[in-house]
Amino acid sequence: MLIKILRQYQVHVVAGGGGAPTSFLYKTFRNSSSSSSSVKKMTVREALNSALDEEMSADRRVLLMGEEVGEYQGAYKVSKGLLQKHGPERVVDTPITEAGFTGIGIGAAYYGLRPVVEFMTFNFAMQAMDHIINSAAKTNYMSAANISVPIVFRGPNGAAAGVGAQHSQCYAAWYGSVPGLKVLAPYSSEDARGLLKAAIRDPGPVVFLENELLYGEAFPVSDEVVDSSFCIPIGKAKIEKQGKHVTITSFSKMVGFSLKAAEILAEDGIDAEVINLRSIRPLDRSTINGSVRKTNRLVTVEEGFPQHGVGAEICASIVEDSFDYLDAPVERIGGADVPMPYAANLERMALPQVEDIVRAAKRLI
Amino acid sequence: MACSATAKILQPLSIRSAEKSESCGKMLSPSSFLGSTPLPKKLFSVNKTISPLARRSATIVAVSSDVVKEKKLKSTQNLLITKEEGLVLYEDMYLGRAFEDMCAQMYYRGKMFGFVHLYNGQEAVSTGFIKLLKKEDCVVSTYRDHVHALSKGVPARQVMSELFGKNTGCCRGQGGSMHMFSKEHNVLGGFAFIGEGIPVATGAAFTSKYKREVFKEDCDEVTLAFFGDGTCNNGQFFECLNMAALWKLPIVFVVENNLWAIGMSHLRSTSDPQIWKKGPAFGMPGVHVDGMDVLKVREVAKEAVSRARRGEGPTLVECETYRFRGHSLADPDELRDPAEKAHYATRDPITALKKYVIENKLASEAELKAIEKKIDEEIEEAVEFADESPVPERSQLLENVFADPKGFGIGPDGKYRCEDPKFTQGTAQV
Repeated sequence: MLIKILRQYQVHVVAGGGGAPTSFLYKTFRNSSSSSSSVKKMTVREALNSALDEEMSADRRVLLMGEEVGEYQGAYKVSKGLLQKHGPERVVDTPITEAGFTGIGIGAAYYGLRPVVEFMTFNFAMQAMDHIINSAAKTNYMSAANISVPIVFRGPNGAAAGVGAQHSQCYAAWYGSVPGLKVLAPYSSEDARGLLKAAIRDPGPVVFLENELLYGEAFPVSDEVVDSSFCIPIGKAKIEKQGKHVTITSFSKMVGFSLKAAEILAEDGIDAEVINLRSIRPLDRSTINGSVRKTNRLVTVEEGFPQHGVGAEICASIVEDSFDYLDAPVERIGGADVPMPYAANLERMALPQVEDIVRAAKRLI
Repeated sequence: MACSATAKILQPLSIRSAEKSESCGKMLSPSSFLGSTPLPKKLFSVNKTISPLARRSATIVAVSSDVVKEKKLKSTQNLLITKEEGLVLYEDMYLGRAFEDMCAQMYYRGKMFGFVHLYNGQEAVSTGFIKLLKKEDCVVSTYRDHVHALSKGVPARQVMSELFGKNTGCCRGQGGSMHMFSKEHNVLGGFAFIGEGIPVATGAAFTSKYKREVFKEDCDEVTLAFFGDGTCNNGQFFECLNMAALWKLPIVFVVENNLWAIGMSHLRSTSDPQIWKKGPAFGMPGVHVDGMDVLKVREVAKEAVSRARRGEGPTLVECETYRFRGHSLADPDELRDPAEKAHYATRDPITALKKYVIENKLASEAELKAIEKKIDEEIEEAVEFADESPVPERSQLLENVFADPKGFGIGPDGKYRCEDPKFTQGTAQV
């Protein structure tokens, strides 16, 4: 079972353009030998850690709170070193009370601070859903700008490996339907750094959906990304690979799969354009529509449940705005419509794989 | 440790919790805890285990409650309030009552709609606590929040026009009865879900502490969280009691125990109906007070608020009070025993304060009448103001969803949608 998973990851990693192999025991293998000597590599974990560190150093109102963020150095080591550097008043280990500490973070944001609330996974955030939606997302509207809520909710989202049904749900579609929230889903280290900085600086509530399996992956980063004022605009998608035959939209881990699928499709002469959504809400409809008007075909890829998912929204948006440009129906790829099974082979079937994306794209041509 | 901290406070002041954790908090005279059914004797056996200090303080409390009932004259140094304070308290309570009565009238005339929850009968709690606060202190409340907003200083005309749904309301008509927010007066809401405000209040208290520790400011701002008896069975309440006591946050948890949660009696839904006891379980003092007597509430509030200001941590105050009307204006209020309602009507806090003030020669009947007239006029003027105010324009629908409007994303022309001049007019497609 382990061999199969490692093989799957090696394939994935090669497609990502050079990353370190990850193991499910959460050890990071740092890629010490740099094949291209001038390009720096940074793992997503380092990217998040450095973004948090820089924002906390720049603004004393920023604080991090969550379970195990302090002395444990973070459940996934994302907040490593922050307690030692910034002190226990600013890196707060909370008891296991999602509703309670999320509400506390929101109350602190009402009254002037800029908290970053970490959830061990977004599955646990369901216990705090009332606060995220009712106390944070809706407040600027309900109070007619009397009270703004400059808060970031971050944590791993979506499936990990073999963690079972209650730890594997993807919440992009749920949060993406709420007005008042911004929902971000980074893929690479550049995305992670830039979007987290933008989220912390944003004056409203932002839900930041990371992915546990991406934490250990290293991506090349330019000097601009490493600079402490680096920021990515919220609401703009990135075209990871230009193409002209079919558009593939994806976010988070699925971007890596889509890029790998694009390589396979290229061998058959199909030039796919891969879009990394980066921002689920607000959705960058103009980029997606522009791309579909160019390629005339669309495959949407996501890890979450298919009904009422992100792909459904993109499909509706295309039908509303670019109907005449479509040469084929939209293909939606999502997770299987079942709670996540535990057995490794079933889990593999319940999540989209590279072959699924390739097959869907070929069906359209 | 909570118990040793409270021991220090025991000496100088009259209302506090006892040293021993098993006897923490209660200084009652037997008649002051009244529910809709006569309570079994065993509840009062707690009195026997109260330490001598607390029993002595029970006597002091009994004396002040007698002040309202008995007619004997006192010299001014024994009085709990000065004339100015008395008039302020009277005016605030009368404002709350008159405002809520006007709300009921307006609702039945169709000017107000949706859910409206009135505060009649509970004014002593709001006035007793909130009149002790500074402008920078925060108040967080529930859906029964009109009077909390008024006591904190939000003008009556703004609250009234918010209820009418006009754009001159404190939230421009976008919040409504249950969502009163005011940045200027630090009213942090107005929450529809019970228990939702408690963590938010704890967060505001966390900010006060953070300002002290990280910013090194001289910040002694206190937060008050108001909520009801039904909320005390909710998980978030306990989570916040834990964290507030753990981190010694400057917050006072004020339970407005009016014995009914819509139609669910407190005694039917709670395993141990004495809510003040839940404080010591988490390491903070739990205090029970007669919430129909504004002077008693004020004494307890002074102590709890100054405890928080000094950095000694949270307090749980259970105010036994009663709402004269139903849960909301849509509630037919059939389940409550009319005898119980009649009983509490005799303990109306406004009449009680009026009696105290007059008997102790703090003010004359004429002065009080003048205050009432002034408030009545103010309410009339508020209604007129609200009536004449315009409803929100169409363009207001899409405003204020985000603090940073770029959150509406990028339109088909590649620019931010909110920069399009037609964005908030007519039918914008978002």
